[in-house]
Amino acid sequence: MRPLEYARPETLEQASELLADGGTPLAGGTDLLALLKDDAVTASRLVDLKGLPGLEDFSAGPEGFRIGALARLADLAREKALVDRLPALASSFDSVGGPQIRNRGTLGGNLLQRPRCWYFRRGFGLVPVRDGRSMVREGDNRFHAVFGTDGEALFVTPSTVVPLLVALGAEAEIHGREGVRRAPVAELYRSPDPGERELHLEPGEILTAVEIPDASDRTVASYEVRPGESLDWSLATASVVLRRSGATVRESRIVLGQVAPTPWRSRAAEEALAGGSLSPDRVRAAAQAAVAEAEPLSMNEYKVQLARVAVERALHRAAGREVPS
Amino acid sequence: MVEYTWPPEEKRSILGDRISRLDGPVKVTGAAEYSFDVRRPGMLHGKILRCPHAHARITRLDVSAAREMPGVRAVRVIQDEGSEIRWALDEVVSVAADTEELARDAVRAVEIEYEVLPHFVDGENKDEAFESSPAGSRTEGDPDAAFEAAVHRHRGYYGLPSVSHNCLEAHGQVCEWNGDRLTVWASTQVVSSMPNQYADALEIPASNVRVISQHIGGGFGSKFSADRWGIECARLARETNRPVKLMLEREPELTVAGDRPSSYAEVEVAADGDGKLVAWRSSSWGSGGLAGSRGAPPLPYVFEVPNRRIDHLSVVTNVASARAWRAPNHPQGCFITLSALEDLAAEMDVDPYDLLWDNLDLTGRLEPIYRDELPIAEELMGWKKRWTPRGEGGKGPIKRGLGLGVHTWGGRGHRSNCQVTIHPDGVAEARLASQDIGTGTRTVIAIALAETLGLPLSKVRVSIGDSVYPASGGSGGSTTVGGVSSSTRRAAVNVREQLFQEVAPHLEAEPEELELAEGTVRVRAEPDRSITWEEAIGFLAGHPVTNIPLSASGSNPGPGQLTDSGVGGVQMAEVRVDTETGIVRVEKMVAVQDCGLVVDEKTAISQVHGGLIMGISYALSEEKILDPVTGRMLNTDFESYKIAGYGEVGELVVHMMTGEGYDERGVIGLGEPPVISPGAAISNAVANAIGVRVPYLPLTPRRILDTLAGRGGRS
Repeated sequence: MRPLEYARPETLEQASELLADGGTPLAGGTDLLALLKDDAVTASRLVDLKGLPGLEDFSAGPEGFRIGALARLADLAREKALVDRLPALASSFDSVGGPQIRNRGTLGGNLLQRPRCWYFRRGFGLVPVRDGRSMVREGDNRFHAVFGTDGEALFVTPSTVVPLLVALGAEAEIHGREGVRRAPVAELYRSPDPGERELHLEPGEILTAVEIPDASDRTVASYEVRPGESLDWSLATASVVLRRSGATVRESRIVLGQVAPTPWRSRAAEEALAGGSLSPDRVRAAAQAAVAEAEPLSMNEYKVQLARVAVERALHRAAGREVPS
Repeated sequence: MVEYTWPPEEKRSILGDRISRLDGPVKVTGAAEYSFDVRRPGMLHGKILRCPHAHARITRLDVSAAREMPGVRAVRVIQDEGSEIRWALDEVVSVAADTEELARDAVRAVEIEYEVLPHFVDGENKDEAFESSPAGSRTEGDPDAAFEAAVHRHRGYYGLPSVSHNCLEAHGQVCEWNGDRLTVWASTQVVSSMPNQYADALEIPASNVRVISQHIGGGFGSKFSADRWGIECARLARETNRPVKLMLEREPELTVAGDRPSSYAEVEVAADGDGKLVAWRSSSWGSGGLAGSRGAPPLPYVFEVPNRRIDHLSVVTNVASARAWRAPNHPQGCFITLSALEDLAAEMDVDPYDLLWDNLDLTGRLEPIYRDELPIAEELMGWKKRWTPRGEGGKGPIKRGLGLGVHTWGGRGHRSNCQVTIHPDGVAEARLASQDIGTGTRTVIAIALAETLGLPLSKVRVSIGDSVYPASGGSGGSTTVGGVSSSTRRAAVNVREQLFQEVAPHLEAEPEELELAEGTVRVRAEPDRSITWEEAIGFLAGHPVTNIPLSASGSNPGPGQLTDSGVGGVQMAEVRVDTETGIVRVEKMVAVQDCGLVVDEKTAISQVHGGLIMGISYALSEEKILDPVTGRMLNTDFESYKIAGYGEVGELVVHMMTGEGYDERGVIGLGEPPVISPGAAISNAVANAIGVRVPYLPLTPRRILDTLAGRGGRS
């Protein structure tokens, strides 16, 4: 095994210092340990966050929810306040991986897991290039991006929870050496240039909690296109959060996952939906608008349709219609 | 004259019953020791440096840094500077170290440089291949004239990619030397011939090698060779004079230790006005890596269409060589043929069930079996009530469909030797150097022994998985159950005859008047004249020097019809296809299967379940995805090489053919037949549901949607 330092700090300040000095945060480990064993990433020091106090806490109030970054996915899937008030989020936790992953994996780990891109996982990096050309464009890109493909990065976001958090306007609480900052969850991600990371965290920064505003006056739904009923990856996820008055959609947020290097908010779909009902025709039009600007790669045109269908079915769900699962 | 044949139904005690496998408890509790679990005192861990390129030449190799690492006990160069590597993850250097982690570090410490050479890994794209060769061309009758005269014609293109064996217990072994004697705990399908493979490579007598393999975590045809990593493991152990364990990691397990050749075919098939098949032309090709296609798929499969021309091209790719994958070439031949026949039926506007039924005369000696099986499958699936013409799978995005496949396999019992010993405690033990690769071999041997000696299973013991026992064949070709049950039967009959000789005077009867039943030795005509098994053993014990224990041998082949070859099976699939997402769910599979005489109905049905699940897996999700850029396999973990889980399996309905016409043939193998038809049956069901043929397996959302959108294209 490569020489590796293991640290288990007891305060956030210690943790930040250890991380700023070349550390890699460790929570549930379901992703990181496999990446290390496969040599896809290297670490000289693991900073185990599980000794930090309070990071597993969950609280619910009239303003919304606060979920500690170390809260386990299995617990969140069963958290009564979520099941009652935000069932779409509870069920998105429940569909992550398999039971072992959910028992071990954390909210923070789900948000900050690395892309599943098979070139990245084989050690070729996030923006793999060979002989000056993109390995993804030239190679097998059946699971890669269909949006944002004018950039260099072509992997897709792995999390099926993040689109919903972004659509809900959730905020990340980030502890750093300079203190605490808050940022929309969407801003944790970026489409990296070669050599950059896809996560927008500075050295020493720790995701400590996610705050989700109360959505009791909103209609919330998600849809994941997952080929396997057993443990499998979603090919496209769409999450929608709508504010309606009567039958009319006043405001909406529509966010896609697994289609671009960052969570992909579709303002075109939001605009197509605004000011009208959720009739099947309008849902179809909004879903169509969501993919109008897709630019698939050589092998993944089918994913454009999956993205469209995910939006359509999420909106049907929001309208209370049954959709195939 | 001693009678060896299996007892008729009315005389059987446990043969053909539903008996739970004897190794179930140790496997479920984790007590079963696999090669992976073997830990020897002072054992080192072996690892292998593998070439990351599909085609390259080693230009520089320096292992000195690895050799000097503390805890590293041996570093061996397998392929030196100048060697040409022809497939990704080929073995270059082996190391042995105190821990697995250290061994990995030592592999990383090897300094190596390559000149990367052009590679070719896309076997479908045969015209771009560096190397290919004709592999069989045959014409029967006059296909061109028959096509001219035919009324119905269909032309289609079909393809299946390579899949990996993906054994849950990866390939590997533990090697330990004692002087010039070697013991290998190997995960192998062929205990008896494994010593010779080590002996040849290591230049020691085969009798100096002992191979032990008590439990095997899957083989499927990929574990017949000692393999270079096995020989390296033995060499590392010899060099260090310590036991060495070397099991493959998942990436090489998927990449180099298993491969079912791909197959692609342009097919034309035609029928006359009565719906009789009259002509077949096919041009097929495929690749199993460096080995080429390893034979050709049998085309047309099962149906000997009278006028036919076939040719096959073997394509070489920069991929590790194919290994026998459960029913070699049959799943490919079945998928291609039965897909083409289903497409022809759709063009003729007839139920494919009827097309097959009306042409069963082309199936030769299998015809009566299929005529028995098809109506049973029809009833279990409700085919005639529920089948609708292609494309009428329902309103809305969810479509349903039914599909059909038929298959055949040989499965005659292999060469096998068994020694049965009756111990003084009354336990009867069968010894043979066979192996239970998860198929229930132990249980089958126990049943054959207990049945023959009229004993309960608790009174028999099965000793297998060790090369010191009498030689028995490898577990391939579905030959094991016929071989080991036959040799055990003959050995048990022979020991029974010895016992009768000894005991007859005590019953005041002739030996040939006796029988063994219900734990007694008794006079056949007067069952009340009996002594218990224990009493009989007690008589023998009176002369400890000369008479104990009784022991006899039996072999296969041998006297009496105990095994046969040639089984038939029919499978039907019901699927649900989401035409908007391209997701296919298998709702139900029906399998009607013949295997001659069933030894254990429960393990037989389990075998069929396993075949169906593996079949669903390669039909829906399994494929080796080879990167055009690097030539490496990309999906080398369980997250991306997808095998079916419970959620994918659906309802499985199995019917075993038994009774007259089946039992008297003797015991025939079952491991392979049930994995042949699922690809055809599921693909046909999808075509039936969505109205168009998806020409490739596996049936992933991408292929379904590309087909529905008319994008077709390459696999």
